[in-house]
Amino acid sequence: MRLRLLLLLCALLMGGAAHAVQPDEVLSDPALEARARDLSRELRCMVCQNQSIDDSDAPLARDLRVLVRERLKSGDSDAQVLDYLVSRYGEFVLMRPVFSWRNALLWGAPVIVLVLGAGLAVTMMRRRREMVAPAPLTADEEARLARLMAAAPPEDGRP
Amino acid sequence: MIAEIGQYALILALVLALVQTVLPAWGARTGDATLMSVATPVAYILFLFVGSAFAALVALYLTSDFSVVNVVDNSHSRMPTIYKITSTWGNHEGSMLLWVLVLALFGALVALFGGNLPERLKANVLAVQGSIAVAFLLFILFTSNPFLRIVPPPAEGADLNPVLQDPGLAIHPPLLYLGYVGLSISFAFAMAALMEGRIDAAWARWVRPWTLAAWVFLTLGIAMGSYWAYYELGWGGWWFWDPVENASLMPWLSATALLHSAVVMEKRDALKVWTVLLAILSFSLSLIGTFLVRSGVLTSVHAFATDPARGVFILVILSVFVGGGLALFALRAGELKQGGLFAPVSREGALVLNNLFLTAATAAVFVGTLYPLALEAVTGDKITVGPPFFNLTFGGLMLPLVFAMPFGPLLAWKRGDLPGVAQRLMVAAGIAVVAAVVTAAAEDRGPVLAPVVLGIAVFVMLGALTDLAERAGVGRVSARVNLRRIVGLPRSAFGTALAHFGIGVCLIGIVCESSWSLEKIAAMRVGETITIGAHDLTLTRMENRTGPNFHARVAVFGIREGGVSQGEVVSGKRLFTARQMATTESGIRTFGFSQLYVAIGDETPDGQVSVRMTWKPLVTLIWLGTVVMAMGGLLSLADRRLRVGAPKPARRRVSPVPAE
Repeated sequence: MRLRLLLLLCALLMGGAAHAVQPDEVLSDPALEARARDLSRELRCMVCQNQSIDDSDAPLARDLRVLVRERLKSGDSDAQVLDYLVSRYGEFVLMRPVFSWRNALLWGAPVIVLVLGAGLAVTMMRRRREMVAPAPLTADEEARLARLMAAAPPEDGRP
Repeated sequence: MIAEIGQYALILALVLALVQTVLPAWGARTGDATLMSVATPVAYILFLFVGSAFAALVALYLTSDFSVVNVVDNSHSRMPTIYKITSTWGNHEGSMLLWVLVLALFGALVALFGGNLPERLKANVLAVQGSIAVAFLLFILFTSNPFLRIVPPPAEGADLNPVLQDPGLAIHPPLLYLGYVGLSISFAFAMAALMEGRIDAAWARWVRPWTLAAWVFLTLGIAMGSYWAYYELGWGGWWFWDPVENASLMPWLSATALLHSAVVMEKRDALKVWTVLLAILSFSLSLIGTFLVRSGVLTSVHAFATDPARGVFILVILSVFVGGGLALFALRAGELKQGGLFAPVSREGALVLNNLFLTAATAAVFVGTLYPLALEAVTGDKITVGPPFFNLTFGGLMLPLVFAMPFGPLLAWKRGDLPGVAQRLMVAAGIAVVAAVVTAAAEDRGPVLAPVVLGIAVFVMLGALTDLAERAGVGRVSARVNLRRIVGLPRSAFGTALAHFGIGVCLIGIVCESSWSLEKIAAMRVGETITIGAHDLTLTRMENRTGPNFHARVAVFGIREGGVSQGEVVSGKRLFTARQMATTESGIRTFGFSQLYVAIGDETPDGQVSVRMTWKPLVTLIWLGTVVMAMGGLLSLADRRLRVGAPKPARRRVSPVPAE
């Protein structure tokens, strides 16, 4: 018994030993069981570090897995199961953060970087081209250039 | 005595690192050649002293000197010799010493191979390297000294964390550190360039091999860590989006972007400012990775250091180098002159696209990793950012990038011909579509997108081969000429093709494992058989086994395929006596590129054992693909142009030349 307890403790500390879903939890209906497994991967074991209840050996994870299966058996949709768990444990239980204003920066960051980066790249490319290929001289400038060319001695002053 | 020698060597190393920081930088500023020339010998001696300190720690572990706290906490006299050596860096203090050792090694290598570097650049690079060494040596000496004694010494050590008692520990951290710290060279070169306010194509050619080497090590280190977690943690996953994994992925993504932008800089003299920024960012992400792992700010499966004092110290180091680097960049980047022009559709354009997506992917991983921390610090709300987030954002960014990958190498510099390139990729695309359709028809399970991703993977692999075939002129000239051209191709061409090919291989493994694995969970008695896919597994016996410092309980399964015996697979648990901790030893049998993965759980009093077995199709391709990528990197590294070194930039005439 002491050994079992220690093993369990270690499993908790080390982030899970062999496997989480126990044979006695598995539902007889394969379609329902598949849904339960998919849902389990979306739910966090709250006493573990970065583990879904599908991966975790913790007793709490087991309770949640059983709970998910009970709700599914009683006819809940996937969304209803998730809503129920969020109402009980808060948003923390969800592995996939919800789309909300609070999480706007989280979900938006990759898009923002992509759009800003693309904008920056296009602007830079355009500006570089304009810098290297300047606008053609105006008639005034042409005339001034001709005057200067006539006056100055021939010299290539380019560095 | 050995501990004191180690301690003394570390203190001397700190002094040497200070010398290496101050004198060459001062020399470079004042133009004093003597001061600048100090850098090279000091870099060698610094490596010698850090090496001595490290050797001293290894010696303490080998002799199980339990008068040293670090050895007491992390070793055991009955551990096998290999683990006595590896436990040197299987703990916080020792791993930081390894970090500095790798840093000093890279410094010495720059000193050794930097003979053709301009004096001033070399002095500045080594000075920056030295300053990093100063920071980390201070950190070790003041917060993480591995040489502290304990009085009275206990008779036996507490043993190494059992999860770490694995050959993986001998390979994974050193490779990862070679990668992390290797990026410090790119950072030092970037800093030196900013200090001088001058940068050219030759600079890119000096930086590229170092970045490439770091990238190869980082690639292998991450892959090795992934495989280690796969077989050791026992639930068969190979990537968990754990913050510590993300910490190593971010520098890898950034270094990959850096490699590509440095190519543009070397070949076309463009993207200079961006390349310098990437070099700073890559090493900053390495430092952030070190911070995340070492400070214990994220307590995760990997983090075995939790001490806030250390966290604050690392945070200071982080701010100094990242902040300092970015500040210098902001001040001086404007002075870097821009070079070559290119059209949006061109090889340069494709590499810009690569950088754009890699940067966005890095941002996704960065925000996903740190957002929960920031949110909790600011509002107190707790949310979880788990694998579904990363699979969606990271996957969503990587797929278009991977799809665009075969186009890049086929586009011409300056101005490319996209329809022409698309035409040349028709064969590859055709075969890829057939592969996707056949897979979709054959597999009725799994996500709808899976065959599409598989098709993209095939496209990438064939696209890489198309690039080589195009360069050899296949179909345009005779087979003999093809062969001659292939032999004459620079190694970097093969390197590119191989690395890109490896990504396709890796992607096939990923999509097959995650979409079409088969799993069975059951309670089994001895003699019972379970069928999974084409294989029948019979639990033949349960046994107790004894190792040097653990007891094991193992289940032996006989495997049959179509009635023919395919040998056995042994899966078990180990209980380590000193720490009373258990580890799983998953049973893995490889068939071709696929694997059968068996893990056992608890036994019930009536003699049943819970078993989870998984058939993982083509799973080994995930790691084989990364090895292929790393080989591509090595091949590029062996390219003549990089070995010979950079040509001296031609001196531009400053005086006006009279026109004819």
